[in-house]
Amino acid sequence: MLQKFKKYAVSRRGRDSLLCFGIVLIAYIAVQAAIAGGALSSQMKGLLVPICAYVVMAISLNLTVGILGELSLGHAGFMSVGAFAGIVATTALAETIPSAPLRLAAAMLVGGLCAAVAGVLVGVPVLRLKGDYLAIVTLAFGEIIKNIVNVIYIGMDGRGLHFSLVTQNFTLEEGGKMIISGPIGVSGVKTLSTFTSGVVLILITVFFVLNLINSRAGRAIMSVRDNKIAADSIGISVTRYKLLAFVISAAFAGMAGTLYAMNFSTVTAAKFDFNTSILILVFVVLGGLGNIWGSIIAAALLTLLPELLREVGDYRMLIYAILLIGMMLFNNSKLKRRLMEQRSLKQMEKLEQAADGKEGA
Amino acid sequence: MSFLNHLISGISLGSIYAIIALGYTMVYGIAKMLNFAHGDVIMVGGYMCFCATIYLGWPAWAGIALAIAVCTVLGMAIERLAYKPLRMAPSLAVLITAIGVSYLLQNAALLIWGSSPKMFTSVVGGQPIALFGGQIMLAPVTLVTVLSCLVIMAALVLFTGHTKMGTAMRAVSEDKGAAQLMGINVNTTISMTFAIGSGLAAVAGVLLCSAYPTLMPTTGAMPGIKAFTAAVFGGIGSIPGAFVGGILLGVIEIFAKAYISTQLSDAIVFAVLIVVLLVKPDGLLGKRVSEKV
Amino acid sequence: MAMLEVTELGISFGGLRAVDELSMRIEKGGLVGLIGPNGAGKTTVFNMLTGVYRPTDGGIRLDGQNLVGKKPHEICKMGVARTFQNIRLFSNLSVLDNVKTGLHNEITYSLAESLFHLGSYRKKERAMDEKAMELLEVFDLGNVVDYRAANLPYGKQRKLEIARALATEPKLLLLDEPAAGMNPNETAELMETIEIVRRRFGVTVLLIEHDMKLVSGICEYLYVLNFGRLLAEGVPGAVLSNPEVVTAYLGE
Repeated sequence: MLQKFKKYAVSRRGRDSLLCFGIVLIAYIAVQAAIAGGALSSQMKGLLVPICAYVVMAISLNLTVGILGELSLGHAGFMSVGAFAGIVATTALAETIPSAPLRLAAAMLVGGLCAAVAGVLVGVPVLRLKGDYLAIVTLAFGEIIKNIVNVIYIGMDGRGLHFSLVTQNFTLEEGGKMIISGPIGVSGVKTLSTFTSGVVLILITVFFVLNLINSRAGRAIMSVRDNKIAADSIGISVTRYKLLAFVISAAFAGMAGTLYAMNFSTVTAAKFDFNTSILILVFVVLGGLGNIWGSIIAAALLTLLPELLREVGDYRMLIYAILLIGMMLFNNSKLKRRLMEQRSLKQMEKLEQAADGKEGA
Repeated sequence: MSFLNHLISGISLGSIYAIIALGYTMVYGIAKMLNFAHGDVIMVGGYMCFCATIYLGWPAWAGIALAIAVCTVLGMAIERLAYKPLRMAPSLAVLITAIGVSYLLQNAALLIWGSSPKMFTSVVGGQPIALFGGQIMLAPVTLVTVLSCLVIMAALVLFTGHTKMGTAMRAVSEDKGAAQLMGINVNTTISMTFAIGSGLAAVAGVLLCSAYPTLMPTTGAMPGIKAFTAAVFGGIGSIPGAFVGGILLGVIEIFAKAYISTQLSDAIVFAVLIVVLLVKPDGLLGKRVSEKV
Repeated sequence: MAMLEVTELGISFGGLRAVDELSMRIEKGGLVGLIGPNGAGKTTVFNMLTGVYRPTDGGIRLDGQNLVGKKPHEICKMGVARTFQNIRLFSNLSVLDNVKTGLHNEITYSLAESLFHLGSYRKKERAMDEKAMELLEVFDLGNVVDYRAANLPYGKQRKLEIARALATEPKLLLLDEPAAGMNPNETAELMETIEIVRRRFGVTVLLIEHDMKLVSGICEYLYVLNFGRLLAEGVPGAVLSNPEVVTAYLGE
């Protein structure tokens, strides 16, 4: 039993799963303990759900950027779709599902599904392009989604849901309620998200993404990343697997959007803009491309960082920027490379020794 | 006649986009990187001119000169400190660094000038010129903007096509290694490109703020993204492409605002970009590059 | 019926006629060489056979089925696998995963099983592992399965690429300069391996090669391309002593 566990823990796959689930569970317990002990300021408490949402965003974007290898600069667009679809769903389901956690789960499913549909609509044209062109078009789609959500009016009354674009061209019966009112967005939503629900969403995301990576479909996606022409030559439909990864990534972003939106009583489309997309991308790159536990840590720490830097007041975003540049420079510096080379040399030696041992036996 | 008025303001806005896009396209061509900080250099240019003319009482031309000088140095410094060490690094690392630089400039501006918008006085004074009995109003700043754009674009075409430095730039953008073997100083060439691109950003900043007079730390961000879109639209790396892309983008934006919806104008601009890229994946005037198997 | 039948194949890039009126016929189980000087259009022929390029004219039939107009991944499913002149491995995947990726269409399970790791996931993955190990052992790569493909030495990378191609269970295997960059020892070893592969997997082989020792050592029949046209064909002894072929290779 122990032997088996040891073997699992040293395999790349086992190590990744243990690290991901371990980090999340330990963080959850630590935070719960801190809350119980009264050690968490109210600002910090307010950050818990957004951190969970950003972690899920980072994992899902890592699927597109790290695992599929395509740069996306519009991931916040899918978050937006999930956020607003989720809000409409919770309002519409308020009476059907009285239990708050269940209603949140249903809203997340709706949010994820709508974002997945948006993922297909965006992915089909976008994924035909290459490199920086693809990146700029995802940026464009992100802005388009933001603009469109910004002019959506949805209201609900006794007769059901009402919908219009650009201007509100419906009137609600008495007792009716506006859910989304254009640029003003959503206000007066009953918040449903809790830290626990956020952590559950992270665990679900990690479970599915790691499973995907370690499967036939995941290998196909990574083969497309490493060499499209070779992948095609061994019978893998490049378009199909690109789209698959992109849509799954969008779906999780949608669920993260629902989680995020249900944490605030007011939400506007402007929240999910280009800067948010970039923020998530920063998490992914700093956490390491294709590295899921890296994304988790980077998203959590970097969301906390400005809060931790609160003491330096106005200088905090400046310091954040300098740290960001500094980290990128260090990551790609000669010093770091030398350290990495030494490490991989050692690994190689180990592998060779092991191989020699096997051959000898 | 409102059509002509819209067209004129479209071309005017487009000229500003084109000037920014020209800088973007040159930097992209040579460094193969999306320089997200480019938009913020525009903002710095705007503030420099603002400080010189309002706080120091300098004449407009001196303000412009200061803006160009500061931005040129700033551009070279950014390249030297942040991008040069990453020349061998993966492109995503450079992209994130550029984003870091963008945050840095915006937040530095926030600390220095505060978040409240500054009212910029146009560097081009004078009354609008009335044409066709007042049906068309032509602001002097519009004329200056369009003319500057034309002059800059012509100068750049001549510069890259006919000077030693320009040839070096084209060589470096084609193949850094080969250019170096031919005795071209790659570092100087890249540095020069950033200098020119940032100088152009300063000009664009001053013109942008003259036409749209509110100046904030985030003033450059959206025009930066739009100009980049314009550069891609026209075919990134191509100087005439950036010009055509910029003008078209400006015209489309103003027309969309005037005839369709103000709130959806950005969405329409980006939708046009997407359609163009789907039909011509390398932009309007871009070169087709295919991978050898 | 021939395994591969190419009739009057041609392709133009703009005004350039890269391949013209090429006809070839390879019987089932054959080992045939495609040779010719640099730039003769050999790799272009491979690219047409595998659907990377669409030929401008002519026909390609594999075991009686038409291949023209099919996409590369469809052609692979129909039974053509290839290697590349400039090795194209999945460099960030392990050696084992490279081969398992090659098994993509041979051992399959659904997306739901991929996501939930339920159903036949475990059984199928184990079958993939075994099959992949079997192939890797043939190429003497059994002791480096955990290496990143990019970290393998050059010769082993070439072998891995062939193993990956074989994983797709092809009827026809196209090898683009398999011995390029190998020393004489490695080449000799490679010749042996190709022989073993052909017998053990019953696969028909068409290979592009510059190493005349390898070509005359193992090929049963040769096609010689020059400037995109067929210059000569026949058994190696006759073709390699053909004065036209010698001129094409050595110049006037």
